[in-house]
Amino acid sequence: MTGRHLEAAGAELPAIGGQPAGGVRVTRSRRSVIWVGVVAVALVAVLGYLPYIVFSSTTNLLVQFFLLLTMASMWNLLAGYAGLVSVGQQAFIGLGAYSVVILASHGTSPFTAIPVATAAGGAIGLPVWWLVSRLRSGYFAITMWVIASVCELIIIQVSSLGGGTGIALQGLNLSPTLLTAYTYWTALAVTVVVIAVIYVLLRSRLGLVLTAIRDDETGARSIGARVRSVQRLVFIVAAAGCSAAGALYAISQQFIVPSAAFSVSFSAEMIFITIIGGIGTIEGPFVGTIVFFVLQQTLSQDGAWYWIVLGIVAMAVAIWAPRGLWGLVTERLDIRLFPVGYWLWPAGQTARRRG
Amino acid sequence: MIWVNAIIQGIMVGGLYALFACGLSLLFGVMKVINLAHGDLAVVAAYLALGVIAITHVPAVWSFVLVVPIFAAIGYALQRTLLQAALNRGVLTTLLVTFGLSVVIENGLQQFFTANSHSLNIGSLVSDSFSIGSQITIAFLDLTILVLAVVVLLGLQYFLSVSKNGRRIRAVADDREAAQLSGIDYRHVFGIAAAIAFGTVALAGLAFGMYTQFDPTIGTDQLLLYAFEAVVIGGLGSLWGTLVGGILLGVAQQIGAQYHAADQILAGQLLFLIILVLRPQGITRRRETA
Repeated sequence: MTGRHLEAAGAELPAIGGQPAGGVRVTRSRRSVIWVGVVAVALVAVLGYLPYIVFSSTTNLLVQFFLLLTMASMWNLLAGYAGLVSVGQQAFIGLGAYSVVILASHGTSPFTAIPVATAAGGAIGLPVWWLVSRLRSGYFAITMWVIASVCELIIIQVSSLGGGTGIALQGLNLSPTLLTAYTYWTALAVTVVVIAVIYVLLRSRLGLVLTAIRDDETGARSIGARVRSVQRLVFIVAAAGCSAAGALYAISQQFIVPSAAFSVSFSAEMIFITIIGGIGTIEGPFVGTIVFFVLQQTLSQDGAWYWIVLGIVAMAVAIWAPRGLWGLVTERLDIRLFPVGYWLWPAGQTARRRG
Repeated sequence: MIWVNAIIQGIMVGGLYALFACGLSLLFGVMKVINLAHGDLAVVAAYLALGVIAITHVPAVWSFVLVVPIFAAIGYALQRTLLQAALNRGVLTTLLVTFGLSVVIENGLQQFFTANSHSLNIGSLVSDSFSIGSQITIAFLDLTILVLAVVVLLGLQYFLSVSKNGRRIRAVADDREAAQLSGIDYRHVFGIAAAIAFGTVALAGLAFGMYTQFDPTIGTDQLLLYAFEAVVIGGLGSLWGTLVGGILLGVAQQIGAQYHAADQILAGQLLFLIILVLRPQGITRRRETA
């Protein structure tokens, strides 16, 4: 009683309602996803309650974890699904961070500035997309890098933003306990929203186009999928998401230096996490962030070695296990925590549609 | 007169950028892949020269005799192993693997050579110069690097159009399957192209090490982006375009530096973005119907 899992949009799909078409049934997911949803809600509730029961050092670590997860998930959406490999997403991280700094210096609370910074990042993403949309693969990747560098060079010249020496974030006049708790809750909220947006996007009609692009961009184009407009949407979503991560970064650091906020090591983190965890799946960045985080906590005293090990592991995974650690898990266990595909039930099998 | 001087100095440094760019351009032309570790490889060559000089006590200027062949061999070996394995997986994997290589190289250099700056000591050659009029001074080293860039580009042009391996490289670049049908082992041809590209990047790294100071991070912070910008400004797949692109980038930077020292790099990058908007196919290529 196994259904065949369909994720490519190239196959002809009957109506999503699961009406038999020639005796074949199509369902959204094989198993019930309700328990996954219940666990997710419970997990978020427990995570939300944490500041009352653990020390601030733990929540501060988790803020770093959420930041990495948000950035990696955005890069995964961009590169894993839309086929747009960028090494310049730090442009939006830096712009998000500086948006918060600017808004806070005009009296807005840094926490309420986050949605504004997110929207601003998305808005800047549109002209940037116009500039880079005609470029392919390597050209796209490295031009994004140039754009991040241009953003940094421009910010350095603005003396009211501290120039190259950096600027402190204002408006965080809370007690240390409250500040840590608020920062943590904000980080949790941003991460939950980002993951939810990705999940909804991938389960929508656009998700079909995105999975098709992931599997074969030329093929997707040839069956008439609107590849360009979907890529534009994803680029803007990723720009907004990275700006939100940058805003969060500003609040967690409380002091912003251009060379750090626009550092290419953000790209390195996003790329390594996604590749090691499993590119082109929602679960991949979760797995990758956990691995990355454990490595960071154990190896970071050794500075450069940590990056050398990560780089070698990422190269090896990219070549010999291109679906990443999560890919190795699904090959054996067939688990999907975020089901975005379809299941095809051959005629004669009486599978009830669930989920 | 300041501006004339800025333009002349820009042309001089443009030769260096063209030297950096031609390896990147060649690899892209043959394999359709951008090597994101390109800038770091140039820095590795400069560090390798430091080692060669320390062991053999040859003058820094002659270190290329050893460094360039070593680098060409490394290029061939790396292409036949890691890069070919990545290429078999596709263009995006290759992009990610070269990015990983870049991070590994940069941090490896930091680990073994610290973050301190070094330079290749060539004695008084670095400051020897001659003057035209009262305000324009041209350093012999800069002029030598420009001439070297022209010679390398001419040599590469000649090699690609006349020699047997050059013809094979062009055949594989044009149509890999057809070349394979004619009995060409494209993996070996890729290896040869990589060897040449690594040789030129080693030359560029040595020239850079004599021209100014280098440290482990400069490969990604500056050199890769400059090389890429020179290729795009000049137009893809054109070696002479690469020279023009390098020179335009150098001139833009020197003119920017005349306004404000901080504008030097920004001016070059803005020129790149303008070219990208107005003439994405580069300066020297005629507009093609897409």
